[in-house]
Amino acid sequence: MNSVILNAATRILVPLLLVFSLFMTLRGHNDPGGGFIGGLIGSTAFIFYAIAFSTAEARSALRIEPEQLAIIGLGLALLAGLVSIVFNEALFTGQWLFLGASEGEKGLPISSVLLFDIGVYLVVMGGILALVFALEEEV
Amino acid sequence: MSWLLTFPLILPFATAVLAYLARKSSAGRWISVAGSLLALVAALALFVTVSDEGVVSAQMGGWDAPYGITLVADMLSAVMVLLTTITGLSVAIYAMGEINPAQEKLGYHSIFQILLGGITGAFLTGDLFNLYVWFEVMLIASFGLLIMGGKPTQIDGAVKYVTLNLIATVMFLSGIGLLYGVTGTLNMADLHDAVLASDRPGLIVILSMFFLIAFGMKAAVFPLFSWLPASYHTPTFAASAIFSALLTKVGVYSLLRTFTLIFTLDPGFTNAVLLWVAVLTMVVGVIGALAQTEIRRILSFQIVSSIGFLILGLAIHSPLAITGAVFYLIHNVIVKANLFLVSGVIARVTGGTDLRLIGGMYRTAPLLSVLFLIPAFALSGFPPLSGFWPKVLLVKASLDQGMWVVAAVALIVSLLTILSLMTLWSEAFWKPHPEAREPSLATLGSDRLALVLPIAALGLLTLLIGVFPQPILEISEQVAAQLLSPDLYLTAVRGVLP
Repeated sequence: MNSVILNAATRILVPLLLVFSLFMTLRGHNDPGGGFIGGLIGSTAFIFYAIAFSTAEARSALRIEPEQLAIIGLGLALLAGLVSIVFNEALFTGQWLFLGASEGEKGLPISSVLLFDIGVYLVVMGGILALVFALEEEV
Repeated sequence: MSWLLTFPLILPFATAVLAYLARKSSAGRWISVAGSLLALVAALALFVTVSDEGVVSAQMGGWDAPYGITLVADMLSAVMVLLTTITGLSVAIYAMGEINPAQEKLGYHSIFQILLGGITGAFLTGDLFNLYVWFEVMLIASFGLLIMGGKPTQIDGAVKYVTLNLIATVMFLSGIGLLYGVTGTLNMADLHDAVLASDRPGLIVILSMFFLIAFGMKAAVFPLFSWLPASYHTPTFAASAIFSALLTKVGVYSLLRTFTLIFTLDPGFTNAVLLWVAVLTMVVGVIGALAQTEIRRILSFQIVSSIGFLILGLAIHSPLAITGAVFYLIHNVIVKANLFLVSGVIARVTGGTDLRLIGGMYRTAPLLSVLFLIPAFALSGFPPLSGFWPKVLLVKASLDQGMWVVAAVALIVSLLTILSLMTLWSEAFWKPHPEAREPSLATLGSDRLALVLPIAALGLLTLLIGVFPQPILEISEQVAAQLLSPDLYLTAVRGVLP
């Protein structure tokens, strides 16, 4: 598609959508959001890009094949589940690390749950982009 | 204890990730075989533990039942997981000979492993909604394997397959939602209690029909089987072997599980429905097989017919009948996978799978012909091969209940099965090749070992089960005993209840 309005708008929308998708992913732990919705929003950024410019451009902007992205996400989600093997707990039991925690200060929580959400993000984004790119290229 | 249950489940997924990353080199197929081998070891460990110590269960993520997801393995689950990994390994080896580099680059081995993971998950979960999730994983992965290659016949088969299976999953999901509304739980052990305590038993019997239709469609029973013969002859032989061995059996497993653990309120009604379904499935399946001339379509209708025998065991519902059904299940998984693998070799050697266009296998490859005869005779129930014993048990069970007509139908169906398979034998093996072309083993080339090794191994297993049926019979009896009095299952899951 060759539209000046869409091209100009896409340049502004793509970074906004990507940042928003990260925000939604991180927010998801305690509030509505999470990896799934984050991955959907993130993939719309690249879909916009593919429609405004071309699928080839979007593919090179992504730098990695979407299928590969999805399977790496699956691997990360699996790793997040496997972390609990080290602590001899059931699969997918959340493991927490509080960075810089001290007396009365909770610190920055980093957890295997977050890693799982990132995995989901990548699976959804990779899966959706693989489908959309394939459909766009077919036409 | 919990890791024993999770390893058979996570190994296929880990293998899928690694195999996909290595898909562009020959390492991918070796990763697939190695992962399948490890999964077989894990499944053996689980089986040994379950048969020594009884039912094992674990709560995922440390969340207690009935809120968290329970993984639970009784004898039935352990046997099914073991069968999954045995056929999984055989087909992974066979795929090394059949799958071409173009298909490997699309991630064939990876999708295959995800399918195995989905099947294993369905056998191990103790939660009805989680079972639905595993059904979806299986559906997506099997769709990927079906369309890989992109031939028009494949797309045609895959569209029918996916449409009809989606109807089944919608049925399943609606049933789950309504059942949750009535009982307030989806943990299977918890459902057992909730259903018995429910003040609306009539409603639950009606709801059980949702599950009967959904699982029945997955299992390909009459009249819901039409997706199976429409699609199973289109994909690669490796894919159709794993489909025929395991996918319908997941439906049968789910029926066995839910109709012995949850929906036991009105056995008179549900068993009568199941009995009609079973008899019609047996008969229609074998008649369909007789009308076909394409090898994989014949075998597809034979799957439908076999499903009838399995449902028959559940419908009669006596300990002997369930024992027979479980024995038949074990035998059938191995034999069906083997027959589809052999048909792949027949196609390579003679140049096709349409019986009117091929022939002359016996003169070219007498040893391969024997490898076909073993599963073929086993399927038709020839003594002393593995199919004979479960059929004896099922016929005896129906005679014990005074069901003379059912026993007679089962025997006639067996006879027609022999007829159908012997037609296949005389057309593909004895008849000279119609184009006077001499089939040649040279077409197998360097793939020969990868193609023939799993066929020979599964054939040997069939022979062993046939000659030494006692261990399998004892296992089947244990499974039947656990299914008919689920106390062990319930205590194992309740043990982790708060």
